[in-house]
Amino acid sequence: MRSVALRSGVYADSVKLMQVSRDVAAADGVSAVLVAMATPLNLELAANMGLAPEEPTSPEQLLIAIRADDDDALAGALAAVDAALAARERSTGSAQAIPQRTIGAGLDELGGDGSALAIISVPGQYAVAEAADAIAAGRSVLVFSDGVPVEHEVALKRAAHEAGVLVMGPDCGTAIVAGVALGFANVVRPGPVGLVAASGTGAQQISCLLDMAGVGVSHVLGVGGRDLKEEVGGLATLDALAALDADEATERILLVSKPPAPSVAQAVEQFGNGLSVPVRSAVLSLETPDLTAAVEGLLTDMGLDVPVWPSRPGPAEAVVPGAVLKGLYSGGTLADETMLLAAPALGDIRSNTPLRPELDLGTDLSATGHVVIDFGDDALTVGRAHPMIDPTLRLEALANVAASGEPAVLLMDVVLGYGADPDPAGALVPALTAARAQASLPVVIALVGTEGDPQGWSRQADALAAAGAAVFASNAAATRYALDLLGASS
Amino acid sequence: MTLGGLLSGPPAVVAAGVDVFSDALRAQGAEVHDVDWRPPGFGDPADLAALALDPRRNAANRVAVERILAAGSQLVDVRPAREVIGLADRTLLHSGPPLTWATASGPMRGALIGACLFEGWATDVEDAERILANGEITLDPCHHHRTVGPMAGVTSPSMWMWCLKDPVHGGQAFCNLNEGLGKVLRMGAFNDEVQTRLVWMRDVLGPILQKAVRGSIDAGNDPLDVKSVLAQMLQMGDEGHNRNRAGSLMTLRELSPSIVAVEGVPSSDIAAVLKFIGGNEHFFLNLGMPTAKLAMDAARDVPGSSLVTVLSRNGTEFGIQTAGTGDRWFTGPANTPVGLFLGDYGPDDANPDIGDSAIMEAYGVGGFSMAAAPAIVRFVGGTVPDALATTERMYQVTLAENPAMAIPIMGFRGSPTGIDVLKVARTGWLPQINTGMAGRIAGTGQVGAGLVQPPQECFEKALAALAEATRTA
Repeated sequence: MRSVALRSGVYADSVKLMQVSRDVAAADGVSAVLVAMATPLNLELAANMGLAPEEPTSPEQLLIAIRADDDDALAGALAAVDAALAARERSTGSAQAIPQRTIGAGLDELGGDGSALAIISVPGQYAVAEAADAIAAGRSVLVFSDGVPVEHEVALKRAAHEAGVLVMGPDCGTAIVAGVALGFANVVRPGPVGLVAASGTGAQQISCLLDMAGVGVSHVLGVGGRDLKEEVGGLATLDALAALDADEATERILLVSKPPAPSVAQAVEQFGNGLSVPVRSAVLSLETPDLTAAVEGLLTDMGLDVPVWPSRPGPAEAVVPGAVLKGLYSGGTLADETMLLAAPALGDIRSNTPLRPELDLGTDLSATGHVVIDFGDDALTVGRAHPMIDPTLRLEALANVAASGEPAVLLMDVVLGYGADPDPAGALVPALTAARAQASLPVVIALVGTEGDPQGWSRQADALAAAGAAVFASNAAATRYALDLLGASS
Repeated sequence: MTLGGLLSGPPAVVAAGVDVFSDALRAQGAEVHDVDWRPPGFGDPADLAALALDPRRNAANRVAVERILAAGSQLVDVRPAREVIGLADRTLLHSGPPLTWATASGPMRGALIGACLFEGWATDVEDAERILANGEITLDPCHHHRTVGPMAGVTSPSMWMWCLKDPVHGGQAFCNLNEGLGKVLRMGAFNDEVQTRLVWMRDVLGPILQKAVRGSIDAGNDPLDVKSVLAQMLQMGDEGHNRNRAGSLMTLRELSPSIVAVEGVPSSDIAAVLKFIGGNEHFFLNLGMPTAKLAMDAARDVPGSSLVTVLSRNGTEFGIQTAGTGDRWFTGPANTPVGLFLGDYGPDDANPDIGDSAIMEAYGVGGFSMAAAPAIVRFVGGTVPDALATTERMYQVTLAENPAMAIPIMGFRGSPTGIDVLKVARTGWLPQINTGMAGRIAGTGQVGAGLVQPPQECFEKALAALAEATRTA
C-alpha cells in the first residue's frame, strides 16, 4: 500500500521533517516514509523510493509519501504524521546544570572573589593540575593530597610565589584562615598569634594549648611537611611569614616544623628576623624538642602567665621492670616530639619515621624494644584514610602490644577537632579495656583538642581516664609522665 | 605579600576531592563550592603534570587565543586554484590529514574521480580510478595550502576559490565554492549532473563572482567583512557549520548589487547565479570556513601552547594539530556521525566523518555554539536544553570566550573558543562537532546530517607530544 499526498500551506523545517520521517518509519508495517518539502532534491529521493507524486508540485508544498504493508499500517502512519507535525516540543529554554570538572572551572564559576581559596584532596598524581589552575587564577590553594612528587611541589610553589599566592601543602592537613578551619583543625578563639606550620598536628597542639591559655590565633598557614627540607627550601614558609607580617590581625608569629634542613632553618630564621612582627620558633630539634615549651615561651613574651595544662591523672600502677615505651601516634610531629624528648632518657627508639636512618623499623610494626610508630605516615595511609579518621591499624597494633607479652608503657595521641573521628574515645575505650585485661599495660594519652571542639576535650578526657588512661593536653607532659613510669625521667 | 586578600576575611572555598572537608566547612557556615572532579579521561599522569606545570603554558595559550580573537576576515578576491595557490596540473587537494588512494573512503574516492573527470585527466570512471590508483595524481591536504574544503574538500586547479584576508595579521585563506546539496562532488557524487554543475561554476559562477567582488572593491567599497556576517548569523539561529541559512541569505544580500552590476554577461547568467546562491542554504559555509582558518592559522607556532589549531577529517582518519606542535598531525580512525537521514538512507549508508569544516568548531562556532542554533540539536533527537548543555560543556574545554561571537540565549556570552588539549584530557569531554554525512559508497552523495566527536586517540597523541615538547623545551 502506498500513499503520496501533497499539502499546501504547511511548512516545517527540514530537521523537524527528517525527525517525523524517521519516527513514523519506525512503526510496524511501515516500510518507507518521506515527509519533506517538495524540493527537486526531495522529489528525486521520493522517486528513488518509488514514491514520486504524479501531480505537478511546487517547493512550497509538503510531500507526505508512505509505503506500508496494509491499510491499517498506512492509516496508522498517516495519523502518526499528522500527530508528529502537530506536536510541540516542550522547551524550557534552560540548561541542565553542567558540573564543573576542574578547580579552574569552579573558580571561573565563582567569579571575581579575590579571597577565594582552592582545596584539593584528589589523588596525588592528579593534584598538580588542579593546584596549577588555582595559581593561574591568582588564588591560594591548600593541597591535602599526599603522594605529590617533590619536584612538582617546588614548581607549584615557585609559580605561586610569582603569582603572589600561597601553596599550603602538599600533604597539608591543617589550616585556619580568618577563623575558618580547613582540614584537621580545632575550634580555637580568634587572636593575635599567627602560625606557620610545616606540621599539621604540631599546629594543632600549639593552637589548642594557646586556646587553653586564653590566647587566640589569627591564622594557621600550613605549608606542607617538606617545605623546610633542602629540596623545597622553605618556599611557602617564607611567603606565609611575609603574608602574616602584612596581616593586621597578626601581632606575633610562631613557626612550627618537624626537624628541618639546617641550611633552610637558618635562612628562614634570618628572614623572620627581618620582619616587623616578632617570630618565635617552635621548630623541633634535639636542642628544642618541646612544643609546649615553645608555647610557654611565647606566653612569657606576651607577659602572660603560663597555666597549668589540663590533665587527668592515671591510676597508681606498678610498671614491670624492663618495660619498654610503645608509642602509637596518629600525628607525625607529635611522634617526633616524643622521640626527641625520650631518646636522651631511653636511648635508641625504633620507628617508621626514625630520628636516624639506622633506626628504621621498615614494615615490622611489632618490633620489640622502644618503638614509636607514626600511623599517619604516607606509607601507612596508602588506600586507607588517615588514622584520625580510621583507627583500625592503630587499634590492631594496640592489641598486638598487649598480646605480645613484652612489658610496656603505652603512649598514644588522640587528636580532636574538625575532620577527626567524631568520638575517638568511643572506639579506643573498648580496645584499651580489652588490652589492659590481657596484660599489665599502663596507658598514657596526649589528648590534643579544645573544649570548643565538636568532641569536647573534657568529655573525651573523662571517658579515656575512666578506662584507666592518664590523659594530658600536652604531648610533652604525656611523654614525661610515661618516662616517669618507666623510671627513665630525663 | 597579601596573598590576594586571602587573610582579610573568611574565604570562599572551591574544593575538589573527598567531601569530608567540604562538610566540615559547611558545618562552620563557610561558603563552599564542590567541583565534580573525576580522574582525567585519558593521558599519562606524568604528561598531564608536565603540561600543567609548564611555565610557558598560560602565557602561550593567552597569546594563541588572543590572535584568534583578534583575527579578521575580508573577502578580497575570487580566483581559480591554479592561480591563487599555484595548484599544479594533476594535483588534487583533499580534506583532512594526508591520505592515499588506497586508504581513501568511498565519498573521497568519488570526489577524486569526479575531479579527474572534470579536469579532463580521465576519459571515464575506470580511467580515473586507474590514474588515481597508480599514483599519477598527486594528493595533498587542503590544510597544507592555507586552504579548507567541506566534506571531501577535493579542489582541482580549475575550481574557483574564495580568497580571504586577515587584515590584522595579514594571513590569507582559501576555499572552493559551495555546490549546494544532494548529489554534489564534495559528498562523493560524480555523475553528469555533478559535472554539468562544476562546469557551470567554472565558466559562469566563478568569473561573475570574481568580477562582482573586484568590481565592488574597485568602486571604493570595503571588502565584505565575513567575520561580521558570521557574528550576525549566531544572532539569527545559525551555528555556522550545519546551519548557514541566515548567513547565506546575508551573503546574497551583500553580493547581489555588485553581481547585478557585472557587465558583459547575459542577464540570464546573472539570474542563474543569483538563483544558485539563493537556493543553497550552505552557500556561506565556504566563506565561514576560511574565516575560521584565518583565525586558527594566526594561532599557529606558539611554543608551549596546548591550543588546537586544526580539527579535520578525510573520511578515514580524524586529524588535529596544536599551536605548540606546528604542522604535525595527530590522527585516529574517524567516527561515524549520529543523526538524521535523507529519504530511506540509514546509519549503514553513512561514511565515517569527513571534511575540513570542523575548523568551525576549532574556532568556537558550529557544535560549540549549539546553543545559538537549537534547531540543530534535533539532529540527534535532543532538546533545547541539550543544546545549551553542549555549549556549557565546551566552555570547560576551551581557553576563552569570543566576544565577537555572542550567543543570545547564553546571555550574549561569547562562544567557547580555543580548544585546550589539557582541558579535554582533564574533563574527558571531547569536542562536539555538527556535520553533514556522505554516503559510504562512491557516487552516492549526501545521506544525512548529524553530530560527531573526534576519536580520543588524536588527543592522546597530541597530549603526549606536547608533554614531550615541554620536557625538551
